[in-house]
Amino acid sequence: MGKRIGLEVSLSAAEAVKMANVDCIAAYPITPQTHIVEHLSELVNNGELDAEFIPVESEHSAMSVSAGVSAVGARAFTCTSSQGLSLMNEIVHIVASMRLPIVMILANRSMSGPISIWNDHTDVMSIRDCGWIQVFANNGQEVFDNVLFAYRVAESQKVMLPLIINIDGFILTHVIEPVEFWEKEQVKQYLPDFKPVYTMHPDRPVTMGGVGMPYVFSEAKVAQDEPLIQSKAEIITAWKELGDVVGRYYKPVETYRMEDAETLFVTQGSFGETVSLVVDALRNEGESVGLVMDRLWRPFPFDEFREATSQAKNLIVIDRAISYGGQGGPLAIDIRSALYKGENQPNITNFICGLAGRDVTINDFKNIYHRAMEKIKENPMEEDFEYYGVRGK
Amino acid sequence: MSKTRQDLTWQELEIGATIITPGNSDEYKSGDWRSIRPVVDKKKCIKCGTCYIFCPDAAIYETEDGFFEADMFYCKGCGICAQECPTQAIEMVEEEE
Repeated sequence: MGKRIGLEVSLSAAEAVKMANVDCIAAYPITPQTHIVEHLSELVNNGELDAEFIPVESEHSAMSVSAGVSAVGARAFTCTSSQGLSLMNEIVHIVASMRLPIVMILANRSMSGPISIWNDHTDVMSIRDCGWIQVFANNGQEVFDNVLFAYRVAESQKVMLPLIINIDGFILTHVIEPVEFWEKEQVKQYLPDFKPVYTMHPDRPVTMGGVGMPYVFSEAKVAQDEPLIQSKAEIITAWKELGDVVGRYYKPVETYRMEDAETLFVTQGSFGETVSLVVDALRNEGESVGLVMDRLWRPFPFDEFREATSQAKNLIVIDRAISYGGQGGPLAIDIRSALYKGENQPNITNFICGLAGRDVTINDFKNIYHRAMEKIKENPMEEDFEYYGVRGK
Repeated sequence: MSKTRQDLTWQELEIGATIITPGNSDEYKSGDWRSIRPVVDKKKCIKCGTCYIFCPDAAIYETEDGFFEADMFYCKGCGICAQECPTQAIEMVEEEE
């Protein structure tokens, strides 16, 4: 068993990147990602990690450098937040189409404006359709474990896709949590060396990122989306085997206190732990309530989600992002699609809250629960959703 | 391999749409773009090769008898050869005609 120590989640994430023995870190500092990259620069500087640390001039360069090093067969890591993600957006899409298994931690932060450095999920949702595998984390241990998981999955020759680990800015990045480190032997057992399919090499010339004329573009896109959809099997296997190595088992969709639950909260990211306490409290008050936590965001785990909600009468979907002018938050939109024409069609209520780091406490979630019960009696329209706690609404 | 790649299925593409045969751009039929084509009047042609030098696609080649012709697989019909010909020996003709 690995050593369990109290450490800021950002620092333990950086330690996990070290254990993954990456070859290159190209990143530009942006709050709240900063501590991860700072710690990696220390690890490289003091010789603990044999990697190139490239302090690039922008996030666009960070992703471009990552693309280059990945294309020559090196293990690439980068890390950003919000506006930084926007600046690298162009290359984020391109590396997915080039099937380069770059791993990025996204310390989730609001998209400005108004200008904000605090946490929500509007950054990742702005690139939801970028073709990367995307996972969320509940806590620091999950962040640590998922870094090693990320390289294992991304670099699998069946997958060969980049992967984003979403971690809530400040709420996770800046808190000190007990994290169990892996033993070196466990890493060796779990994570094989990166064996790319094609690399840029003068002796074996290839063209990566070429032009796709209309007659081949659609085929190229299907050839990109199919492995993303199929990657779910590899993801499930990799989490199962992670459990076999370190004893912590993860699933695409996690459930809590589901026994006869009429109403289920649905969350992403660090909300999950808070809502688990709310579920305990509401159960003590006699309410029939449980929790579904979505860990895998892309590819969306439709089957697992339908199974988890197959007995539920009501869902309370908590979104930390906005789809302006749309049908509520991005998570609720996907869930409504997933359950449309399903065997079980629960009432779906959707609350958008916690924007720009506004605290959502246990009492807030209790209020949300009671409000949801009222709304369900009112028989809301499908596109009905509520901004929780907004003054004047 | 077929001359064009228009019949490849998505499963037949290399991972990441990587091109693993160097120089295969010569399989790409840029001649598809053409709406007008160069026609050489051999009576006016002085075999100077100016068209051969100016062709941006290197589509023009020298024939055995010293004249110059455009390879219609590549010729995009840009008309630069006709523009540069010192004796106006090249006329651009509509493809429909």
